[in-house]
Amino acid sequence: MKPNSKTNRLAHNAKRHWGERLIEALLFITAAISVLTTVAIVYVLVSESIRFFQHVSLWDFLTDTQWTPLFDDAHFGIMVLISGTVVSAFVALAIAIPVGTIIAIYLSEFASSRVREIAKPTLELLGGIPTIIFGYFALLMVTPLLQKLFPELPGFSLLSAGIVMGIMIIPYITSLSEDAMRAVPMSLREGSYAIGSGKLHTALHIVVPAAVSGLAASYILAISRAVGETMILAVAAGMQPNLTWNPAEPAATITSFIVQVALGDLPHGSIGYQTIFAAGLTLILITLCFNILGLWLRRKFREAY
Amino acid sequence: MTNDTNTNALTTARLRKLIARGKLKDRLFQIVGVIFLTAGLAVIFLLVSDMIMRGLDRLSLDFFTNFASRRALQAGILSAWVGSLLVMLVTAFAAIPLGICAGVYLEEYAKRNWVTDLIEINITNLAAVPSIVYGLLALGIFVYALGFGQSILTAGLTLALLILPIIIVSTREAIRAIPTAIREGSMAAGATRWQTCRYHIIPYAMPGILTGIIIGLARAIGETAPIITIGALTFIAFLPPLPFTEISAGVTAAPFDWLMSPFTVLPIQIFNWTSRPDPAFEANAAAASFVLMAMVLTMNCVAIWLRYKMRKNIRWQN
Repeated sequence: MKPNSKTNRLAHNAKRHWGERLIEALLFITAAISVLTTVAIVYVLVSESIRFFQHVSLWDFLTDTQWTPLFDDAHFGIMVLISGTVVSAFVALAIAIPVGTIIAIYLSEFASSRVREIAKPTLELLGGIPTIIFGYFALLMVTPLLQKLFPELPGFSLLSAGIVMGIMIIPYITSLSEDAMRAVPMSLREGSYAIGSGKLHTALHIVVPAAVSGLAASYILAISRAVGETMILAVAAGMQPNLTWNPAEPAATITSFIVQVALGDLPHGSIGYQTIFAAGLTLILITLCFNILGLWLRRKFREAY
Repeated sequence: MTNDTNTNALTTARLRKLIARGKLKDRLFQIVGVIFLTAGLAVIFLLVSDMIMRGLDRLSLDFFTNFASRRALQAGILSAWVGSLLVMLVTAFAAIPLGICAGVYLEEYAKRNWVTDLIEINITNLAAVPSIVYGLLALGIFVYALGFGQSILTAGLTLALLILPIIIVSTREAIRAIPTAIREGSMAAGATRWQTCRYHIIPYAMPGILTGIIIGLARAIGETAPIITIGALTFIAFLPPLPFTEISAGVTAAPFDWLMSPFTVLPIQIFNWTSRPDPAFEANAAAASFVLMAMVLTMNCVAIWLRYKMRKNIRWQN
């Protein structure tokens, strides 16, 4: 070996070291953009909401039973919008959680790999369909169908929007849950089969508990999707504010109200403009609660193999 | 001794019964699973066939080359599909590099400390933030604070932020599936951390990353709510300026003028047609939905095909 080859190598290493540092710093910045996004969201929502709450007291906002922000006699009772949001999300989840979980268990534990290879991507296609198309589907296909079963159902209803929302959410639950269950090592299943358990027993008592953090995550995602879904409700649930717990009625949700306002031409800085940010803040607080719950569930039940 | 064989016989019989019952349950569950799965797939079929039936008459070349119009039979989607493509271009340019880099950082570089925890919690939360909230963010920041207005740039960046968590999460999940032995092997051969990422981790994670990118873009192309929220116009009868062409007498468009142009996108055009009381527009909505759906399905099919091809090349032993 020549005497200077070692110093050359060291110099090369040092250069590499600085390059590495630079790359790490750049990568960190890209990761930090997510924090910046959150800060921006919070800043926009809170700063406009503060201006909103200078006009409207928080007490009125939470307890008023009317929502007429753009009328002369303005009322700002957010419960009206929350009721629509909760009812439609409930209808959607009542469909999506059982159906999605069963399909996931079937695909992960029962289906042949051929069926899975075809069915899973096809289901993901269902999840990829734009929500505006689901809105169109709810308004022009599901509502007329439901009206044949229940003739008194109005042309716009939380029920048909909720059902279609449920169908839309199924693939999210299936895909995430199936991934979680597939990640459970084969040896656990083999152990269970070896002591004589059947497939369903193994699926329900070995695989599902082992994958529970993934399942919980998929349900939480489903809830957030249902609460935040906009276009299906804007198209099929009608946009008039209505304090109701009955899914067979039309009602506005937090999201469809924002769309309704945005469709008009509201001047920057008016009370109507601020209202959509207050509604947005409420929406994000609701989803935040679920996310924290989801994070907690994930931490608590995470199984590492 | 007799007692012993007696219990044994009993247990065997009971076991047989138990197993038979288990198998019956297996079969019943399998039937339920197949029914639900078929129902789910039938929805896609129903949707597509309904759209074709309603919208087929409108699907002609004119439909793609005409601007929106008040007369249903003359209305087309030219400005909408061009708008959608341009917005996607901006979104892809912003979201793909950012998403992959952030995912690599979090999996391969980040130390376990509060900064990393903060970023992770943030991404988890952002993934579940309703899309309309991104619209409000864009309205406050991009449209008014930064003054981008209701432009293609605003829409593209908004959608990029929206799909960033999807790309980051899929990148991370793909990277996490790679065995530690790969990193150890690479580093033992003298590679630095970045070289390990560049030549081993990212290529091996590519199928998962690509899936995330395509699912993200397919989601972005169909997003309506955030774009309505930024106040995008629904009636646009012109195209964004093509670079280096004459837009008015003696004025040539700069290469990036189109970024600041007003626009409309397919989902907004569909919403606009769906919400009109005149049923003549229903056919237009169906035809435009079919076009949008075809775009989304094509993207997804490409993703699936890529994933399938790449999965064949790499197989971890375990």
